[in-house]
Amino acid sequence: MEFSQGLISAAYILAALLFIFSLSGLSKQQTAETGNWYGIVGMAIALIATIADPRVGNVWMIIVIMIVGATIGLKLAQKVEMTQMPELVAILHSFVGLAAVLVGFNSYFEMHHSVIVNITDSQQMATNIHLVEVFLGVFIGAVTFTGSIVAFGKLRGLINSAALMLPHRHKLNLAAGVVSFILMIMFVKQGGGDSTLYLLTFIALAFGWHLVASIGGADMPVVVSMLNSYSGWAAAAAGFMLNNDLLIVTGALVGSSGAILSYIMCKAMNRSFISVIAGGFGTDVVIDNDTDYGDHVETTAEAVADMLNGAKSVIITPGYGMAVAQAQYPVYKLTQALKDKGVDVRFAIHPVAGRLPGHMNVLLAEAKVPYDIVLGMEEINDDFAKTDVVLVIGANDTVNPAAAEDPTSPIAGMPVLEVWHAKNVVVFKRSMSTGYAGVQNPLFFKDNSQMLFGDAKDSVEAIFKAL
Amino acid sequence: MVIGIPKETLSGENRVASAPTAVAALLKLGFEVQVQKGCGTKASFTDQEFIDAGANVVTKKNAWLSDIIFKVNPPTLDEVAAMKEGATLISFIAPAQNDDILAALKDKSITTLAMEMVPRMTRSQSMDALSSMANIAGYRAVIEATHHFGRFLTGQITAAGKMPPAKVMIIGAGVAGLAAIGTASSLGAIVRAFDTRPEVKEQIESMGAEFLELDYEEPEDTGSGDGYAKEMSKAFIDAEMALFAEQAKDVDIIITTAMIPGKPAPKLITKAMVESMKTGSIIVDLAAAGGGNCELTQAGKVVNANGVKIIGYTDLVSRLPNQASQLYANNLVSLTKLLCKEKDGSLNIDFEDVVIRNMTVVKDNEITFPPPPIQVSAAPAQPKVAPAAKVEVKAEEPMSQSKKHTMMAVGALLFAWVASVAPADFLSHFTVFVLACVIGYNVVWNVSHSLHTPLMSVTNAISGIIIVGAILQMGDSNPMIQLHAGVAILIATINIVGGFFVTKRMLKMFRK
Repeated sequence: MEFSQGLISAAYILAALLFIFSLSGLSKQQTAETGNWYGIVGMAIALIATIADPRVGNVWMIIVIMIVGATIGLKLAQKVEMTQMPELVAILHSFVGLAAVLVGFNSYFEMHHSVIVNITDSQQMATNIHLVEVFLGVFIGAVTFTGSIVAFGKLRGLINSAALMLPHRHKLNLAAGVVSFILMIMFVKQGGGDSTLYLLTFIALAFGWHLVASIGGADMPVVVSMLNSYSGWAAAAAGFMLNNDLLIVTGALVGSSGAILSYIMCKAMNRSFISVIAGGFGTDVVIDNDTDYGDHVETTAEAVADMLNGAKSVIITPGYGMAVAQAQYPVYKLTQALKDKGVDVRFAIHPVAGRLPGHMNVLLAEAKVPYDIVLGMEEINDDFAKTDVVLVIGANDTVNPAAAEDPTSPIAGMPVLEVWHAKNVVVFKRSMSTGYAGVQNPLFFKDNSQMLFGDAKDSVEAIFKAL
Repeated sequence: MVIGIPKETLSGENRVASAPTAVAALLKLGFEVQVQKGCGTKASFTDQEFIDAGANVVTKKNAWLSDIIFKVNPPTLDEVAAMKEGATLISFIAPAQNDDILAALKDKSITTLAMEMVPRMTRSQSMDALSSMANIAGYRAVIEATHHFGRFLTGQITAAGKMPPAKVMIIGAGVAGLAAIGTASSLGAIVRAFDTRPEVKEQIESMGAEFLELDYEEPEDTGSGDGYAKEMSKAFIDAEMALFAEQAKDVDIIITTAMIPGKPAPKLITKAMVESMKTGSIIVDLAAAGGGNCELTQAGKVVNANGVKIIGYTDLVSRLPNQASQLYANNLVSLTKLLCKEKDGSLNIDFEDVVIRNMTVVKDNEITFPPPPIQVSAAPAQPKVAPAAKVEVKAEEPMSQSKKHTMMAVGALLFAWVASVAPADFLSHFTVFVLACVIGYNVVWNVSHSLHTPLMSVTNAISGIIIVGAILQMGDSNPMIQLHAGVAILIATINIVGGFFVTKRMLKMFRK
């Protein structure tokens, strides 16, 4: 079966519309599932239309490859743990990056083999523009590819998640940018050159690697959303190369989505995008360990259970530590037990909690915590003063009062969950060590806070038993 | 070593310096405990309960002969005489007022720790008996007021008519004041509270009261650095008195808790103010023992001044003897833990530790009171850094603004150049691109925060659309291009299917 060009274009328009609906469906929980379906249908329409394009050969081959790919994808999606979502997202980004590089190469070779002589100026210009598109597509794709692989390695723990500190790392990045730009001019002037393209690919791969390697683990929400954005731009660049509007539209949608997410994440940390990309916290900050914050008070699971028994309202603020300890299931049990006693339990989520935007929400949802008691920072920050007990589970920098109170702190101005206004704060922690930002947390020493040391999962279970 | 708990002899004192649960805790630290027969009767602890907890019940004489004595009130001279030479005493002492007792203790080389000398530090909170007792006094003050007050505290609307809630003013938001606020507001009264330290506003509001603010600002810091309030300037006091005079006409119950360590209590409620109050109103003066905050207060008595009752009880804490003893005993256990880190049943008076140094008023045969001063307050100390930082930020802003404009101008020129030379085909694609960016921007901003992870996996899946490019290239005759395209198709499919499927899985989990 072969479609006419008109029919294919119509299918592409429909697919692009469905993708837009898909994203707008995700604005609310109620419509999110429908949104996902829109996306699936849109993708199916686009694929059928493309395969039915008369220009396409080797159809059976394509279908076989796609079946293999689909099986792998399905397996991956089925067995992934929700705590591993950041890793999955990162590795999927790398696939898009690699695909963009390959498509870019192909587009270049196809053109290179077909072009014989350039006749007019405008044709020359079209060739130049195409070369630039190929160049950009390959560059972005390659950066996304290695960048995502490093992000995956860091999230998985295969690579040390601390920021890599090469000497002159800013200069290295700058040099990579400048050399790439010069290469691009050469590439266009020469009318394309295989070795130039290979060299560029190599530089871009190294650049992507270094870019992400020099960013620390807790900045991963920004990195992953940035890579999300890049994978979109790579697809858009491929669309320009291939004169395909569907690719351009989809790429632009994904690209702007990732860009917005990175922006939200950066804002939540009160840092500029550049400063996150240029390297992690603690790089040029002198950490003051001399200040005497006083002493922290330790407590026991039984005492916390007692406190919870007497509380009317409880807010739980989870952080990455909850994901690490896999404490979300006992937290859910605890929540249920408290709700049965008529205690008002809610969750407060900081935008950068976890390793992926919205990571905590997914983990809590997985543990069956109803989403209407899981609130964002702005929604809940004013309610802490009216709260009896706040349980801080595995969060540190996102509840640090220094951000609000100490203008000299490295995290000054970062919006944080103002848990210290509550009557009692219980902090679940392994030890007194500092968080990602390397800043001491005065919360631990406040009169109304108590520390519960140990593995978060064990602690929560102990409290549940003592209730 | 043996810890002895004698019976309190002060008249009207119902407390005892230990409780059965505390006895058990002390035994764990390696001490033996002996209690005087009947010492806990008034606090509703029976001798049998003490025995069950592991204590010995002994005669008065033997109790006093223990190595360590725990007490509530300062010992009398006779009691000091009954003690063993070189023993240790832990009790309230009032060392500034009781020179003779200190001298007697010194003569017998009795190492003495005064419970009112616990410094206000986070670390020593668990032994701060003044706070634990003040908490009880604050609670009891409201209960006494309610008892004498001929009305409901809470407002009620009944078939027989409507009754407004009582208005309570609390002066001084220390531990006692805050406890009184909490108690009064949980009984349903409208509570207002005043304190000279503006930084306690938050605490007052968190307990459910309205913070009464003065129009006057004290030039310097109002905390004295040791966690207690200090005396105020004349102008401040005038403003404060005007506020009280105005409130006195309106409120039904006044509870005053203003005390300045080592000085007579400030007179805050004048005779004129009492006269301006409604008949049937109540004043509870928690500072009665220190001379009273009200001019008409008589310590230990209830005075009726033209229908306004002024309660000057000094034994409010003792009116809740069971739990007061329990809490005091817990304070002593915490202190003992600090003094006996080895858990070997012996005390170590370590002067390196500021808490112990501060509390020790007699060591061996030397009076060590008053201790050297320590600064412990948690009140804000260095807010002066802020303005400088702000100025810097402001200087930067216009800079970046002009940078932004320059960047925009350069971008516009560049685009104009590209547009002027590029073929129409490119521009039409570019139009699509720009419009799609705008749509993407608007749509994504609406996405709820909790759905950001599903958003990422969906966008991930649809960015697999790059497969379209690879499929189109698959028909090329060059085998290398075919290979590239094949790989691209494979991984893009993984992406598409994996992305959509995992999103589906995630969204299933979100439920109300």
